[in-house]
Amino acid sequence: METKLVKTLREAIELAGLESGMSVSFHHHLRNGDYTLNMVMDQIAEMGIRNLTLNASSLFDTHLPLEKHIRNHVVSKINTNYMSAGLGRLISEGLMEEPVDFRTHGGRPRDIALGITPIDVAFIAAPASDCAGNCSGKFGPSACGSLGYAFPDAMYAKKVIVITDHLVEYPLSGWSIPEIYVDYVVEVDAIGNPAGIVSGTTKITRDPVGLIMAETAVKVIAHSGLLKDGFSFQTGAGGASLAAARFLMDVMLRDNIKGSFASGGITGYLVDMLNAGCFRSLMDVQCFDLKAVESIRTNPNHHEISAMHYASPAAASAVVDKLDVVILGATEVDTQFNVNVHTDSSGYIMGGSGGHSDTAAGAKLAMIIAPLFRARLPIVTDRVSCISTPGKDIDVLVTQRGVAVNPKNQELLLRLKDAGLPVTEMETLKHTAEKITGTPKKAVANGRAVANVIWRDGTQIDTIRSIG
Amino acid sequence: MRRSMLFLPGNTPNIIQNGGILGADAVILDLEDAVAPTEKDSARILVRSVIRAMGFDRCEVIVRINSIDTPFWQKDLDAIIPVRPHLIMPPKTACVQDVLTVDAYITHLEEKLGMEHGSVGLIPLIETALGVENAFQIASACPRVKAIFLGGEDLTADLHCKRTKEGEEISYARCRLVCAARAAGVEVYDTPFTDVNDDEGIYTDAAKAKSLGFTGKSAISPRHVKAINEVFSPSLKDIEYAYEVMEAIRIGKEQGKGAVSLRGKMIDAPIVARAMQTIEAAEELGLGREDI
Repeated sequence: METKLVKTLREAIELAGLESGMSVSFHHHLRNGDYTLNMVMDQIAEMGIRNLTLNASSLFDTHLPLEKHIRNHVVSKINTNYMSAGLGRLISEGLMEEPVDFRTHGGRPRDIALGITPIDVAFIAAPASDCAGNCSGKFGPSACGSLGYAFPDAMYAKKVIVITDHLVEYPLSGWSIPEIYVDYVVEVDAIGNPAGIVSGTTKITRDPVGLIMAETAVKVIAHSGLLKDGFSFQTGAGGASLAAARFLMDVMLRDNIKGSFASGGITGYLVDMLNAGCFRSLMDVQCFDLKAVESIRTNPNHHEISAMHYASPAAASAVVDKLDVVILGATEVDTQFNVNVHTDSSGYIMGGSGGHSDTAAGAKLAMIIAPLFRARLPIVTDRVSCISTPGKDIDVLVTQRGVAVNPKNQELLLRLKDAGLPVTEMETLKHTAEKITGTPKKAVANGRAVANVIWRDGTQIDTIRSIG
Repeated sequence: MRRSMLFLPGNTPNIIQNGGILGADAVILDLEDAVAPTEKDSARILVRSVIRAMGFDRCEVIVRINSIDTPFWQKDLDAIIPVRPHLIMPPKTACVQDVLTVDAYITHLEEKLGMEHGSVGLIPLIETALGVENAFQIASACPRVKAIFLGGEDLTADLHCKRTKEGEEISYARCRLVCAARAAGVEVYDTPFTDVNDDEGIYTDAAKAKSLGFTGKSAISPRHVKAINEVFSPSLKDIEYAYEVMEAIRIGKEQGKGAVSLRGKMIDAPIVARAMQTIEAAEELGLGREDI
């Protein structure tokens, strides 16, 4: 091949041999600022290609134009790990004939690698690339930092098209995905809106209830027996989780604890912990803010990792299996510690597992932080509307009105009781919440199946049904 | 022990439902300024229901009713007295008669409901120049008055001056109220610090109130509660000294000494009184000698 650089997206799609009935894939590092998926799907629709399987690591509401492609049968099947509420509502209302398959951030690369969800053409939005497809998320006007979720697509798709708005001279210095996987490169005006790609800054909550939960969470970690030299940690970008990271940093500095790594989606708060010496390394599959992007570009101890390296059960080993503590969220938790992060209180899809199930399975201590009630709805229930992460993988629930420890973890239970933490039973938390809010009537989602929830090992653990 | 009192708007269920876990010693459920005239009835129903159905864990419950120059205050009391809050806070209290008017109506309700007389206390809110000048009479108006409370915002409007962070303009009122309350044998509470984003300023303001003799301080933001509690709790150093004082007194008595000294200073009656107050406060907060 003389050059991989092609003039138009249409030409690249034609050269890749995309036909009706095939499978296309996208990564989600450009998050709600992504232009690429819509740009590609519009082009595919114009070319008359139909009945595609869309495999996207996550879908955001910027991708709502997908509705017309689904109605016009350009897309007939979706595989994803997360879906924002706008698109989720349409799916819950029965937009698609075939159910969406929800996987996890570790399950997706597993199933791609094992050929369970083969990809015919992968489209990789690259903030910087050279003409041969050596590409990276660290540079350019649309810089997003890590390209971790795009690695399995690049490695296993039959054809790979890199789409960039920042074409540099060969070779790109500091590439993430090497040219050996890339078939075609297309230059476009813009792959995304920087304002929607990463936050300027992520901020800890000022909500007093969130701060109380964060303080309690750090006490749980401090008394778990895991907070010592070599400690490893992951937390999300939610307000209370970030506050917990901030408070944890204070404890680690005070007690001179030298951790090994923090992983997952990386925020400026974890960068601060790296720079303060709380951790030796950051293992970054996705950057959440500009500070993280700057850090991954400049700090050799801030490592980009692929989705396989992060969480795939098919990998020889993965980062999640080395985790000591992970802090996770929930829309609902039930008395068996099952967690829902897929649907809202009315049963509509508004999220997905992402790395929830993977980290919960891998970490020694999987902690859920959630307020006991949101507005007038209790979050502890007899049975979650949807099992995203099974209760066997959850160790503790931290709320503003007490901490419930999974009886399977007796050692933790005793440690927290000895430390004088407000340990209580899950049933008591449920009763406390319902005493205040009343027992809500459960939303009935009893229509046809609109989504399957597939655990990281490939087994289906729940079905999401249409509302009605 | 009331170190911190947290105002909670009476018409916000999502805030009220967490009122008991925010660390305050007392919550003030507000039916007055935080609630628009069109929302008074719904706030009244919410506050009444939440006290009856949920409670506030270990927090004392205070309800700020509307002032007696409005058409709302009697309806407020009709709704709230049956659920037995610890204290009622009547705002804009300017003279003895204001207190006695509210006292009489509560007495009437207590009799009607078969409640013990005086079961609900009063904490008049003093927030006018006239109220400040009448502070002692207000504090000693009737046995139902358990404490008085300074409202700095309305007061500065009445004084025709600007409210500042430093609080020089309310210095006289602060001192006057502390003196009046102590003379009447009731407690006294300071006005809230209103800059919710100034995490340092609240410490300074609370420390100033404590140094003047206030029992505690109110907050309009839950984020100020921790600072207030810290400032108004006896420090471990204070507790240690208080125990040393009591020990020196004990030894002095055993040895039949008329005068006792500690660390080179004579221990007189006020020092002993303060030491006893400190130990009492420490015990109430669960801070024993083992914490020193």
